[in-house]
Amino acid sequence: MASSRLRPFIPLIIFIVMAIFLGVGLTLNPREVPSPLINKASPAFTLPQLHSPDKTLGHTDFVGKVSLFNVWASWCAACRQEHGFLVQLEKQNILPIYGLNYKDDANDAKRWLIQYGGNPYVASAHDLDGRIGIDWGVYGVPETFVIDKKGMIRYKHIGPLDFHVWSKNIAPIVKQLQAE
Amino acid sequence: MKLKQITIIFVLSFWTVIVQAGIYAFEFDDPAKEQRFKQLSEELRCLVCQNQTLADSNAGLAMDLRKELYKQVLSDASDEEIKNFMVSRYGDFVLYKPPVRTSTYLLWFGPFILVAIALIILLRVIRSSNKQTPTTLSDADHKRAQQLLSENKD
Repeated sequence: MASSRLRPFIPLIIFIVMAIFLGVGLTLNPREVPSPLINKASPAFTLPQLHSPDKTLGHTDFVGKVSLFNVWASWCAACRQEHGFLVQLEKQNILPIYGLNYKDDANDAKRWLIQYGGNPYVASAHDLDGRIGIDWGVYGVPETFVIDKKGMIRYKHIGPLDFHVWSKNIAPIVKQLQAE
Repeated sequence: MKLKQITIIFVLSFWTVIVQAGIYAFEFDDPAKEQRFKQLSEELRCLVCQNQTLADSNAGLAMDLRKELYKQVLSDASDEEIKNFMVSRYGDFVLYKPPVRTSTYLLWFGPFILVAIALIILLRVIRSSNKQTPTTLSDADHKRAQQLLSENKD
């Protein structure tokens, strides 16, 4: 019978199957929880702007162009890490970058921008109590959303942005969305 | 002296409970609502710490979500509405008990499939060991057996 000839290999087969499953498991990042907001309209909000509190920034401002919406805070260490890249990106004039200043003191936030290389944002919405962050499913700052011309969320990156992430994951999507 | 020591030990051993009580700074007029709040905050996951519930976690986001939960429980939102609110923002992952759908079939039914496979293997092993037919002895074997038995008699 064929099964008796296969019998010695059964432990090996079980080992290989387990190794594949565990190997795939190791490459997944448990912190990256898929967002249910992808391909949905931007959650509605209207918040005062960080630099001019008499003006507002809201979801309607995203309509008409492809943009980035970056969640940041002065208390967030990883934001410091990505900030230099955002400043560079803004200078390339590829797309407007909006900010969501999340649970932050306005003065701390403004000082932080000066201290760490400038303000790459067209405007930052000041979400003092983090309530708008909840609507956007924010759980780990920094987070970056790619928003299309209709104001729909098309991609979300969790964690600091850098050149590698940008050119590999985000730039192709932006290019495609801008062509739409 | 001894009483003082006992008091210290007593206080310290309940310290975590006391600290925990401080986190529940939410007041309810209605004990039913309080019960719902507690139950829901234990069914929802804190996404920052991942292996803690909203009730257990001290993370800023967990605090914010507890506040949101408190508001919604007070305004009489149903469990269903509250869970939908969380899932539409954070995904199924916020629920400690994931919903049954195509992407979670393996999660829900995988263990039963494994048990079924194990049972099939077990049955096969039992059946094949039962089937072992008594080996027939040749005449030469019979002779030898008789010889051995008679040798033993001496």
